[in-house]
Amino acid sequence: MRPLALSHFTATSAIGRGLEAMLAALRARRGALAPCAFETVALETCIGEVPQVDAVRLPAPLARFECRNNRLAQLALAQDGFIAAVKTCAARYGPHRIGVFLGTSTSGTLQTELAYRRREPDGALPQDFLYASTHNPFSLGDFVRRSLALAGPAAVVSTACSSSAKVFGSAARLIEAGVIDAAVVGGVDSLCLTTLYGFHALQLVAPGPCRPFDVARDGISIGEAAAFALLEPLPADAPPGTVRLTGIGESSDAYHMSSPHPDGLGARAAMLGALAEAGRRPEDIDYINLHGTGTPSNDAAEARAVASLFGTRVPVSSTKGATGHTLGAAGALEAVICALALRHALAPAGINTTTPDPALAVDYLTDNRAQDLTCVLSNSFGFGGSNCSLLLERCRD
Amino acid sequence: MTEGAPSRLSAYVRAIGVLGPGLRDWPSAAAVLAGGEPYTPAPTEMPPPVTLPPAERRRVGATVRLALSAAQQALAATDLDVAQLATVFAASGGDGAICHEFCATLASSDRQISPTRFHNSVHNAASGYWSIAMRSTAPSTALSAYDGSFAAGLLEALAQLTVRAAPVLLVSYDGTYPEPLHAKRPIAAAFACALLLAPRPETGTCARIEAALVQAPGDTLEDKPLESLRRGVPAARSLPLLRQLASGERGRVVIDYLAGLQLALEVVP
Repeated sequence: MRPLALSHFTATSAIGRGLEAMLAALRARRGALAPCAFETVALETCIGEVPQVDAVRLPAPLARFECRNNRLAQLALAQDGFIAAVKTCAARYGPHRIGVFLGTSTSGTLQTELAYRRREPDGALPQDFLYASTHNPFSLGDFVRRSLALAGPAAVVSTACSSSAKVFGSAARLIEAGVIDAAVVGGVDSLCLTTLYGFHALQLVAPGPCRPFDVARDGISIGEAAAFALLEPLPADAPPGTVRLTGIGESSDAYHMSSPHPDGLGARAAMLGALAEAGRRPEDIDYINLHGTGTPSNDAAEARAVASLFGTRVPVSSTKGATGHTLGAAGALEAVICALALRHALAPAGINTTTPDPALAVDYLTDNRAQDLTCVLSNSFGFGGSNCSLLLERCRD
Repeated sequence: MTEGAPSRLSAYVRAIGVLGPGLRDWPSAAAVLAGGEPYTPAPTEMPPPVTLPPAERRRVGATVRLALSAAQQALAATDLDVAQLATVFAASGGDGAICHEFCATLASSDRQISPTRFHNSVHNAASGYWSIAMRSTAPSTALSAYDGSFAAGLLEALAQLTVRAAPVLLVSYDGTYPEPLHAKRPIAAAFACALLLAPRPETGTCARIEAALVQAPGDTLEDKPLESLRRGVPAARSLPLLRQLASGERGRVVIDYLAGLQLALEVVP
């Protein structure tokens, strides 16, 4: 693929609103997983909740999109001058030449869950419940496209926890095919009862804060986040420090709906695909942001895949100990964390993990490592055996 | 920087699968769409479970069966290596029955939901089961653009085909919602279509299609029941294209996509 610049990006998660707060939390190894007090949920688990999401109000013309997921999207869009950057881009290329490709797993499902409690005596949903602009997966894409006044093609990818990694591929291909000149990509997923009770039913939820790759890891902590990036062709005179996307690898496990292939074959294929697209070899990689959910089988499978390609040479970590597993937003959130890592020469620690599992033959970081980074991978794997690996690089002097 | 010239994507349509109300496969749908046979709406005949391991077969819901059945129709007469075939699954939403069941349970005092139903609730359930059934490790995606999901899926498939120079299978499908969700999302019937797209013409190719984004009104169908189907199911927004393909004639169709943006398709037999 032709490299694309992440010419602007932002992220909001439980560890912070916007890049500065996110970076400060990563530097301080500060996590945000806390005992779940979300809505009426009665489960023994920790979650990564973004504060004040429901205090956000959408602009009046877009009031029909009101739901937690779009409020979180709005909160994140307002950080780091992202809206202004998109406006500048739209003025350059034209709003019809900019695509919007976003990932989510549950979109505004919470809105429907709440509406079901207010059903009429005849069973009907309340009049004020709007399916299209809240619950439907495309609610997110429609809302962001309208709020950024863009008029190009758009879609929402919903492949569970790989969703917002795969959107980088959808956008990159349309740019390469000449259909669009640039794209807003990203992911937004917000807390709802379906995922909290669903992962609990699968017995995949840890009672305390998740500890990816720890010898005593015992499941995931669910989080919420929104992350966005503006993808554009890499200019010939890109300034040093520009973060570029050079490879995207996608694969399917063809194994099981909710368990990864035990040897991580799909994960391995995704990483190999990203390396091949970028024209890189395993020894070029300086850091890997793992999918690293914290379940015994997920981490074991990913460790086998990583070890088979990189051995113990490459430092790796999962930032889900800090943010929680943000599901459909994880791909974009962790791509932005990788962009911060590249820009600030910081391989972030996997916090909460005290004793990396000796059976997982990788160099798992339990402390931050100040290190010049040029080439990093970000892994995202989801239910249905959907795998995506992104290769990001920093333009050098 | 590219100037604002409309770009074109193209592909050869190698095979088609259709399953909908009164439309049991592509040959029968083509006969109706080409105008030879009258259209008689009837409940969509849900096919028997597809080739899946017995444990998985018991688990799949009606919407997944619908999608996989259309996909298998399109592949029935090809000798492609399905394990290497990239797939794009486009649907407005996930499984309606599971969504209703979860929301009702989560609104009650006992919030226990079924773990199997939970992993079947993901939007990419059909994509996941397809890769398991076909032992396909190829990339597969699942997307939505609400009523424009067919056009979004076709655009994604054409872009993949153009960049990777390899065949892509597009499966566009929508199941119905039970009440009370049906009142809010009145999908009229279960409908699915599948297009096997290839970068080069081969034996059995029925037409070449060339796509461009345009700002023009989407095509409608003169036959009232068919037009109701087109309007009533997002995946059936494909019908103007399917009709053109069935006619065997050259022509241009415009498919509904987003507010202020449609997908125009030049069909060349």
